[in-house]
Amino acid sequence: MTDFLMPSLGADMEAGTLVQWKKKPGDQLTPGDIIAEVETQKGLIEIEIFEAGILESYLIEEGDKVPVGSPMARLRPEGSSKKTPETHPIQEKSQASKPLAAISEKTPSESSSSQKKTSEEIPRIKISPLARSIAEKNGIDLSSITGSGEGGAIIKADVEKAMVAKAGEPAGKETREAPSTAKTIPQESIRTAVAAAMSRSNREIPHYYLEKRIDMLAAMTWLQEVNRQRKISERLLPVVLFIKAVAKALESSPELNGIWDNGLQIQNQVNIGFVISLRAGGLLVPAIRDADLKSPEEIMAVLNELIPRARALKLRSSELSDSTITITSLGENGADKVFGVIYPPQVAIVGFGSIINEAVVHEGMLAIRPVVHVSLAGDHRATDGLSGSRFLEALNNNLQNPNAL
Amino acid sequence: MTREHIQSTIFELLKKTAPETDPHSLRPDENIREALNIDSFDALQFLVALNEKLGIDIPEEDYSKTTTLGSLTDYLEQRSR
Amino acid sequence: MSELKKITYREALKAGIREALLNDDRVFLMGEDVGRYGGAFAVSKSLLEEFGEDRIMDVPLSESGFVGAGIGASLAGMKPIVEVMTVNFGLLPMDQIVNNAATLLHMSGGQLNVPVVIRMSCGIGKQLAAQHSHSWEPLFAHIPGLVVVSVGTHEDARGMLHTALEHPDPVIIFEYTSMLNLEAEIQIDAGHTDISRAKVRREGKDISIITYGIGVYKALEAAKRLSEQGIDAEVIDLRVLRPLDEDCFIKSVSKTHRALLVEEAWASVNISSEVSARIMENAFYELDAPVKRLGGSEVPIPYPLHLENASVPQVEDIENAVIKILRP
Repeated sequence: MTDFLMPSLGADMEAGTLVQWKKKPGDQLTPGDIIAEVETQKGLIEIEIFEAGILESYLIEEGDKVPVGSPMARLRPEGSSKKTPETHPIQEKSQASKPLAAISEKTPSESSSSQKKTSEEIPRIKISPLARSIAEKNGIDLSSITGSGEGGAIIKADVEKAMVAKAGEPAGKETREAPSTAKTIPQESIRTAVAAAMSRSNREIPHYYLEKRIDMLAAMTWLQEVNRQRKISERLLPVVLFIKAVAKALESSPELNGIWDNGLQIQNQVNIGFVISLRAGGLLVPAIRDADLKSPEEIMAVLNELIPRARALKLRSSELSDSTITITSLGENGADKVFGVIYPPQVAIVGFGSIINEAVVHEGMLAIRPVVHVSLAGDHRATDGLSGSRFLEALNNNLQNPNAL
Repeated sequence: MTREHIQSTIFELLKKTAPETDPHSLRPDENIREALNIDSFDALQFLVALNEKLGIDIPEEDYSKTTTLGSLTDYLEQRSR
Repeated sequence: MSELKKITYREALKAGIREALLNDDRVFLMGEDVGRYGGAFAVSKSLLEEFGEDRIMDVPLSESGFVGAGIGASLAGMKPIVEVMTVNFGLLPMDQIVNNAATLLHMSGGQLNVPVVIRMSCGIGKQLAAQHSHSWEPLFAHIPGLVVVSVGTHEDARGMLHTALEHPDPVIIFEYTSMLNLEAEIQIDAGHTDISRAKVRREGKDISIITYGIGVYKALEAAKRLSEQGIDAEVIDLRVLRPLDEDCFIKSVSKTHRALLVEEAWASVNISSEVSARIMENAFYELDAPVKRLGGSEVPIPYPLHLENASVPQVEDIENAVIKILRP
């Protein structure tokens, strides 16, 4: 028996509200199935299951708001002889902070007893009424705060300190939050989530910035040629080439494709987080998985499917949480350059400005050619300017040879 | 295909792309994407949808003729003949 | 800009009485030694010469008797100012005050208002020993039907009597003997005191010091010292002890989120007890620290000066209590 836990869908997520179960007890589950819809700061997210088995029972009800890492449902894994159930990396992370008992298999006799886990004994927290109401309004976990008031009581100043620190909290942190039925307004909470993540980034990450102007004539000519032969619905946008070129350039600069968690952890998969701005403000960064292994056509297909869903605030859990590097592209007619703020815990963000015509020196002559200004913001704890510089050079080479992308 | 039909299709699809805007308030010579704040991805999706609705293919080299309400309507009217 | 005038608390009280006598023929002052002797504390000195025996009336040493006479006069349409020399003799007319002054409106089915004003001096600080050092504001503030006010500043010493005389119901005014010689500047045209409202004497954002009477100047001095340490205290003069101006201090506490209540009366069942309860009832969720009280030590007030001083809150005590709340 295993517990299916509320996954963390990003560094800024602390809790989610179960909106709807998509599977019933007794249902057969296969990896990739949507088990539930959960409302988070980033909107309504479909939660996937990553192991095969049977849904044994619900542990929370629709409308419940539970912290990341809390058990949502009990599963009977396929092939009960398996010693350890397969879990998704994100879930393992959540479980790491929980007592082992929560994830260990139970004997049949135990499973037939009470289904619902008795809630842990929570020691009474000494806190001023004002501090408590501020903490509740802002979803601050009281158990992690040290009080500076009389007799160690938590006072307003302590909660405010915690609110500042909250933005900087690592993913998967378990919270003890009073269940709330308050419905979050996604747009507003997206703003809050962006604010928290970006504040944390600028506070914690020592950014360095590099910029390179890349000649786009070859890429644009190639793209025109390709699109000329295609129906409008199959045409490619320049951003597809950017995504592919970045993914490919990371082969020689793998240290930019990783996360910082008390040290650089280089990721094997290249999952490119693509910044999608929402019409009402705020942005979402879903991942284009294995971008290095996909053709430009496949990347375009992913975008065609992903962007409308993102705009409708209907993204899947895993799509929001497993990016390894981020691209922000302003598209046409925008600013010439963009310098990104790294999305923690990632260590780099690549920014593409608008493609514009500029006077450039080409083969000893002045020429007017389409160019794009590309910036790289790197986490100086993880890498140095030299790595970044090599990466931008590789990116340039890739865009000069669009055929090979 | 009447000009009215083309225009109403354009309005309908623009409203779908940018639901919080009022495409009817567009002036004929106004840049659609700038006025309604439509990015390159949505612009492409808009043209794809026009293609599906009206059966008119718009080659990439003609994109520049689709920037304003007036020029887009003219272009589609001409292509539909 | 109006002119400032330096004046003692005694002079301010006298100015208030004199103005009342000049303004309204029905007003007269009665009390022990208020006439020929000029008042036990010289508050009414020379008023007899100015206004004559009908209006400055010496009375026999019988509080129960002359307070009762004052109540009777007010029922008959006069506006008596009855001076009970000190609150220490205030138990003697208590029956008249509670059973007649405070209750006749009710007993008469709303027909008889008792517009008497009773002044009592009180407080400690003059080494008068236990029997003459009482702070009984809470005893009187306990009684429905009375309006109980406390004169914490020079401005109010001059401006409160007028409003008290206008009031249709009995008003008890507490004045503070130890402040009589204290000088302060007041505005010449400061006007009359609204005796339905407490007053923010100093605005601040870190803590509300809520007090009355002698506590007002002490709290202001403490706030001044605290500001030098970076603490911005608000000082509220309750001014009217019954009925309490709840809005004023609830608003203040909702802003500062902390409260220190200061008074000289014995700590158990005093005005601060009531204020604290009202804060709990109305501003609990605004509190960032427990409400604290500084009251009089619960002993008969001692005669020796150092012990007397130690038995009621002093400026340093207020200062220290605030620091302890803010920086535990």
